[in-house]
Amino acid sequence: MTAAEKPSYRVIGTRPIRPDGVEKVTGKALFGADARPAGLVYGKVLRSPHAHARILSIDTRAAEAFPGVLAVATARDLPAASDEVQALGETAVNLKELSDNVLASDRVLYRGHAVAAVAAASVHVAEEAARRIRVEYEPLPVVLDVREAMLDDAPLLNERLLTRSMGKTISDRPSNVASKVQFVGGDVEKAFAEADAVVERHFTTKMVHQGYIEPQTATVQWNPDGEITVWATTQGAFACRGQLAEVLRRPASTIRVIPMEVGGGFGGKTPVYLEPVAAILSRKSGRPVMLTMSRSEVFEATGPTSGTSIHVKLAASGGRLTAAQLDLAYEAGAYPGSSVSAGAMTMLAPYDVENFKIDGYDVVVNKPKTAAYRAPGSPAAAFALEQAVDELARAIGADPLAFREASSSREGTRMVNGMPFPRIGHEECLRAAMESAHYRSPIEGPNRGRGVASGYWFNAGMQSSVTVAVNTDGTVNLVEGSSDLSGTRASLAMQLAESLGIEYSQVRVTVADTDSVGHNDVSGGSRTTFATGLAVHQAALDIQQQMRTRAAKLWGCAEDEVVYEAGSLRCTTDEAKTLTFAGMAAQSARTGGPINGRASLLARGAGGAFGTHIADVEVDPETGKVQVLRYTAVQDVGTAIHPAYVEGQIQGGAAQGIGWALNEEYYYDDDGRLANASFLDYRMPTALDLPAIDTVIVEVPNPGHPYGVRGAGEVPIVPPLAAIANAIADATGHRFSDLPISPRRIVETLHHLE
Amino acid sequence: MEAFEYVAPRTLADAYSLLGNGRRVAALAGGTDLIVQLREARRSCDLVLDLKRIPELRVVTIAADGSLQVGAAAPLADVYEIPEVRRRWPALVDAASIIGGTAVQGRASLGGNLCNASPAADSPPALMVMGARLRIGSAAGTRELPVGEFFAGPGQNTLLPGELLLEVIVPPMPAHSAAFYHRFIPRNEMDIAVASAGAWLQVGSDGTIEGARIAIGAVAPTPLMVPAAAQALHGRKAGAEAFALAAQEAASAARPITDMRGSAAQRRHLVGVLARRALERAHQRATEGR
Amino acid sequence: MRRTQVQARLNGADVDFLCEPRQSLLEILRDELGLTGTKEGCSNGNCGACSVMLNGRLVNACCVLAVETDGADILTIEGVADGDQLHPLQQAFLEEAALQCGICTPGFIIAAKALLEREPDATEERIRYWLAGNLCRCTGYDKIVKAVQRAGVQMKGSAS
Repeated sequence: MTAAEKPSYRVIGTRPIRPDGVEKVTGKALFGADARPAGLVYGKVLRSPHAHARILSIDTRAAEAFPGVLAVATARDLPAASDEVQALGETAVNLKELSDNVLASDRVLYRGHAVAAVAAASVHVAEEAARRIRVEYEPLPVVLDVREAMLDDAPLLNERLLTRSMGKTISDRPSNVASKVQFVGGDVEKAFAEADAVVERHFTTKMVHQGYIEPQTATVQWNPDGEITVWATTQGAFACRGQLAEVLRRPASTIRVIPMEVGGGFGGKTPVYLEPVAAILSRKSGRPVMLTMSRSEVFEATGPTSGTSIHVKLAASGGRLTAAQLDLAYEAGAYPGSSVSAGAMTMLAPYDVENFKIDGYDVVVNKPKTAAYRAPGSPAAAFALEQAVDELARAIGADPLAFREASSSREGTRMVNGMPFPRIGHEECLRAAMESAHYRSPIEGPNRGRGVASGYWFNAGMQSSVTVAVNTDGTVNLVEGSSDLSGTRASLAMQLAESLGIEYSQVRVTVADTDSVGHNDVSGGSRTTFATGLAVHQAALDIQQQMRTRAAKLWGCAEDEVVYEAGSLRCTTDEAKTLTFAGMAAQSARTGGPINGRASLLARGAGGAFGTHIADVEVDPETGKVQVLRYTAVQDVGTAIHPAYVEGQIQGGAAQGIGWALNEEYYYDDDGRLANASFLDYRMPTALDLPAIDTVIVEVPNPGHPYGVRGAGEVPIVPPLAAIANAIADATGHRFSDLPISPRRIVETLHHLE
Repeated sequence: MEAFEYVAPRTLADAYSLLGNGRRVAALAGGTDLIVQLREARRSCDLVLDLKRIPELRVVTIAADGSLQVGAAAPLADVYEIPEVRRRWPALVDAASIIGGTAVQGRASLGGNLCNASPAADSPPALMVMGARLRIGSAAGTRELPVGEFFAGPGQNTLLPGELLLEVIVPPMPAHSAAFYHRFIPRNEMDIAVASAGAWLQVGSDGTIEGARIAIGAVAPTPLMVPAAAQALHGRKAGAEAFALAAQEAASAARPITDMRGSAAQRRHLVGVLARRALERAHQRATEGR
Repeated sequence: MRRTQVQARLNGADVDFLCEPRQSLLEILRDELGLTGTKEGCSNGNCGACSVMLNGRLVNACCVLAVETDGADILTIEGVADGDQLHPLQQAFLEEAALQCGICTPGFIIAAKALLEREPDATEERIRYWLAGNLCRCTGYDKIVKAVQRAGVQMKGSAS
């Protein structure tokens, strides 16, 4: 929007210091592993050395007898695992899978799969004891690659798994393909036949990990009365509670989840892994038990995002995209549930393509069960599509951004599922990219190249609850339940201050435990500033309404004669009658008691968003080393509530994407052993590997939010993979269609090494 | 982590007396390899022998004969922060300042880097081309050997039971000579070498190569000297042609493997590139100010 | 397992504690001494979340045995602020929004402090090199580098 159209805000758009900032720079903030309930003991999980094996027996006697051991747990201690699987319905099968992923009952499906756990006074004792548990395995054939797993003669992970599509079973024999999605529109064959240019290429990506710095950790106290307290590092305290209640078959109300500060999640801290195990150990030992993963456990046993295999065929006619035929196969990991459908739905989102056929397959392999990772499904899809788009633009001699603009989606364009887009900002991003100083600057010098790419993410709404207590001194306490992974306390407090017309400094925010606030869905889907922000705004309106009612009584006028405006109440029929927010707050006891605003909602109107990135790289053709010289990320965020944290989200997403493009990968040996399960060999970018990342914030307000918020967190990881790949193609003249585009791959390709 | 005992003797004699006795003893200097290996159960021991409280193992001195003597337990930063070291043995700084991050270099020692005997370790090729020697001690006395003879295989050094590595001795660089060391890693820091190369060159006033040494790392079970590369250089004019020949010899000498850090083909290719570039840089250093 | 008594200086005060030889300094700081500001990220020296100062050197507390620190001088994040006066780095991290989740922040502040006390004029390149042992997954480092630069200017100003 132009500056003239943008509403003028008092608080929104400023850059105050975040409420939890001082605690975090002084080391006082308490993260998951910082919980210290009285009597705390520690545990250690024993994990499978095999990528695929039947468990024949588990003998825990030596561990139980080990001096200092307080409890030993296996799947036998979990209620779900002891049930007959066949007798369970569809959701119960998933429950069995959830339970089996927490502690394997009869079969291990990936190396690192949890099999047993020990609690002791010291983590070292627990570890020594765990090593004494004897597990007898019958190794089974391993399948690691998504396309190999789809073959008819592939080893099966689950002999009862039949392929499903649109709610129906479509295979008559067991398969590793858990489900298939399909989207079809127009006439693809005809469009390809009539095209000016066609590009066809196959792409692959490897599993990659979110790489949050804080390992998974859980502390649980199970009291003899059945009350359970959990100190969790989770993106959603209620999701944690819900999964725990299901796995343990306990009523939700008996479980209190205390959300500790979360040391990064990016989607990976939504499933439970350790909480049920710690709960069992606590029940058996009578002590609060903390389980913390080592870094290699995090890599081997928590959910990365899918490795993928994607086939793309695109056509252009009349200077724009006209047809797309896409085939996506995503690794789900050990149990069904990859992000392939999101990949299939987002892949064409930036473009208005009339003719398309998209097939997507969700495939189980002997690797850890995948979890969400920032815009799950979309980056790999964009890696494939945006390279093909680039190639097509070159084929018809068009500027890559101009070609994208000519083909861009806009308000009213139908997505592949038939739904029309509301107001969106892809064209605005493309134009901002074209007008940026970066894109206007020349890219010069040998072995240098420039690439661009766009990306899309839906952004989510879902459920939020907040309460706001008005204090008699005019300050307010906002109690919310959205885990703060990135500064959302600030973006919520700012919206509350804006909506109430008070100062940011008058708002104090608490992320409450599950006993102290209504249900909140996970901090994921870039939803917190949007959806919990919506709840905050509604709670402010609730307070405004209560204050108007009270003012009307005080002043003896009609309620509709009282206006709440810029933090003050006034009577429209009597100018002398005004009250500030603080003035009314001070009178709450006399006017009916405490004033508390509340809101619970299922947020509709989430605003999908786009980003367009520009990358300049230099490739050393002798070593294959790629330096990112300059990077600009353009993104439509709707409205930036706290621009500094929005920039931070964009920079962080871009950095993860650059790492994914260049070096990050799950490197398995043939037996399914992850060979690089450490921060040494799983090469995330360091400060020295990245340039300054310039951001251009585009604000096309989301009509579904009072301040126009779309959400900012996920979009920025979508374009970098392809932007970097396109830049490398520009620099080397070779198009790399497999990730990571590591020095090894570059040097082997350019020098034709075996 | 398995339990172990810990002793920090104040004298070498005390340290020697703790070796042997049928116990598995692990010598501790900076601990950045050892502690991690113990934690990850890649190694176990009965006793950790902390050498850092033995004064002579911590000192870094320039001896009367002009050689640099580095106590085996001295932290890398204690070595490379000395201006004289930076000026006279820049190739040692090349290596010491890329082992781990800053926080590792305040702890990790040259002695540890050598004893750990990783084929990909950074200090050995640099020390080897500079002609460095190691002083090894035991209750029976001391012995010296060239750095290149210290390695027996991945994680295996040639210390005998009862012996400790005491000191690394780097000779003064002869006139008109210089060394350079570098490695290839996918990131810009914090990685283990995919391949590495060190080079030392002595160049006459007419540009003739009068002496040369090339050593390569991460391409064989141990760091390797490449005498064939040195021979290819000897007597030739320093320059692209000679360096290319030597680089070819370095690549031929490599016996690399494929693992998660790189492929055999990549390593063989890289080590040639690195050797050539190391020669160019060593040549630059040797002829600076001419 | 028999435990050993260790006496050290910690954040300017004398402490003593008992530890097993196999316990890391990180473990003792967090579990015995209650200083949980030093974080565990990888426990093998590759992320810098447990950065502390040991006898004036930046180290990873996960790669130090607590038993080694007898007689040592240790500084952790809890000792960086002067009472209620934040260190310029802490203030700069707040003002530059140089943290998101915050788990790496204590390590970055300790590491950056070690740099700026030696080299207040450190260039961007030098800062990025020095901090390469500290991983951050949220920020892309951009704002961290800017915060360190800003603090450097301020520390130099207050020193002169």
